[in-house]
Amino acid sequence: MTQLALVIDLNVCVGCHACVTSCKEWNTSGDAGSLADLMPYGRDPSGTFFNRVQTFEVGHYPETKTVHFPKSCLHCEDPPCVPVCPTGASYKRAEDGIVLVDYDKCIGCKYCAWACPYGARELDAKQKVMKKCTLCVDRIYDEKLSERDRKPACVLACPTNARLFGDVHDPESEVSVAIRERDGYALMPEWETRPANHYLPKREAPCDPPSPSSSSPR
Amino acid sequence: MRPAFSVVFLTTLIGAAQGLFLALFAGSFAADVSAPFLVRGSIVVVALAAGGLVASFFHLGRPERAWRTAAMWRTSWLSREVIALPAFMALAAAYGWMHARGGAGAMGVGIAAVLATLALFVCTAMIYASIRFFQEWASPFTLANFVLMGCASGLTLAAALASRGAPGLVPPYADCAIALTLLALVVRLASLSRNARIVPRSTTQSAIGARTPQVQQKSRGFTGGSFNTREFFHGVGPGGMRAIRWLFLLLAFAVPVLLLVGGRASPALLAAAFVIQYTGLLAERWYFLADARHPQNLYYQSVS
Repeated sequence: MTQLALVIDLNVCVGCHACVTSCKEWNTSGDAGSLADLMPYGRDPSGTFFNRVQTFEVGHYPETKTVHFPKSCLHCEDPPCVPVCPTGASYKRAEDGIVLVDYDKCIGCKYCAWACPYGARELDAKQKVMKKCTLCVDRIYDEKLSERDRKPACVLACPTNARLFGDVHDPESEVSVAIRERDGYALMPEWETRPANHYLPKREAPCDPPSPSSSSPR
Repeated sequence: MRPAFSVVFLTTLIGAAQGLFLALFAGSFAADVSAPFLVRGSIVVVALAAGGLVASFFHLGRPERAWRTAAMWRTSWLSREVIALPAFMALAAAYGWMHARGGAGAMGVGIAAVLATLALFVCTAMIYASIRFFQEWASPFTLANFVLMGCASGLTLAAALASRGAPGLVPPYADCAIALTLLALVVRLASLSRNARIVPRSTTQSAIGARTPQVQQKSRGFTGGSFNTREFFHGVGPGGMRAIRWLFLLLAFAVPVLLLVGGRASPALLAAAFVIQYTGLLAERWYFLADARHPQNLYYQSVS
């Protein structure tokens, strides 16, 4: 059975937010309606996004690393947000494992957001229904697009190729090989939600100060 | 969590309605109980529950689609509550109606309504207790607290109602209300002490999968607000939370017990006992909801 997912390489993510803006552009323009922005030019702007890029500092100074960390719905294999939905609006597709919200059935009770430990779901302030990453389900199967464009908008936008997309149940897929060979991991394994999306950890690189011999002559 | 007042009113109003119904049903076995008292009480039960039902609609983004919520009763406690609440209201209304019509068949309907009452307590509490990510809620204390606080406030209200129309029932109702309020206090103090010692299962380290425990968020990725920052942070400081805790311990437990002990001869004082206890319960339920920390908050610790 197919399980589509993203694999995010934390070695090369530079935190540029291109995935955030391209996601917003694609998903606010689709059939499902806009992702509401409230007072976008006001003092306290607020909007609905499927994808956020956050920044963390790991380690003790001076041995610290900056980790730019894109976060979207992880399309869990055992999604805790689905069984709690009282209307059946929240569901996981059998054919490709994408977790989706039926915007026509959602009543906006927010219960699924309570049941997601990752904060991946956002209630749209105007449509008053719950929204989340769809893995661009409205473009990855679109045969009017060229084959190379049938990928989520965030994947196509990433300038450093930090985002891989594919079937994590196919052991030979690019994403499965990356997870296997580069120690890919899931977030918050303690909740046993089995996220389909994985992250590739930063490789250990020596953090030595430059030696005088290797510095360039002045 | 940022508590929604719709949820605070829903859970406290239906809790009091359920407690009052159990009190009425138990009281119907007393020798000197009058049918008009049971009818009037049932009307109050249905009115309180209807108030809760109306409040619940304010929690929905799309209330016009509320009819869909009964669909997923196999998996969702919220869906089960949506079925149990109207069932409880219908049976309580039928119970009052049958007493108004001479009481024939009231016993059978009453037993069914008692079962609906218990089922509704379980559904409402499990909505919270079944979400394992809120470790403060995911405990048997949640069900115990909902049942005991609902019964305590319902019995206090029963004593107040009995003081006009069924004076013989005031002492047993008031005694039960005192016992339940004190028991509820013991359970609430135990749950407060449990929740103060919770070790969160998730850490910033597990949230991003860092290999060292020294992890600090430097930016959450945006400076404005979002659903995540509004829904899961109540914004009240530790001092405010302490004040609300003292407020509900006083209003929901201490003052009503004193009034039930010393004021049972006065209908006005019994009514005051219920009003004060209910006000305290609003604060208690607000605190219960606010006091729960969600693991998603680990991703929203620093603006920039």
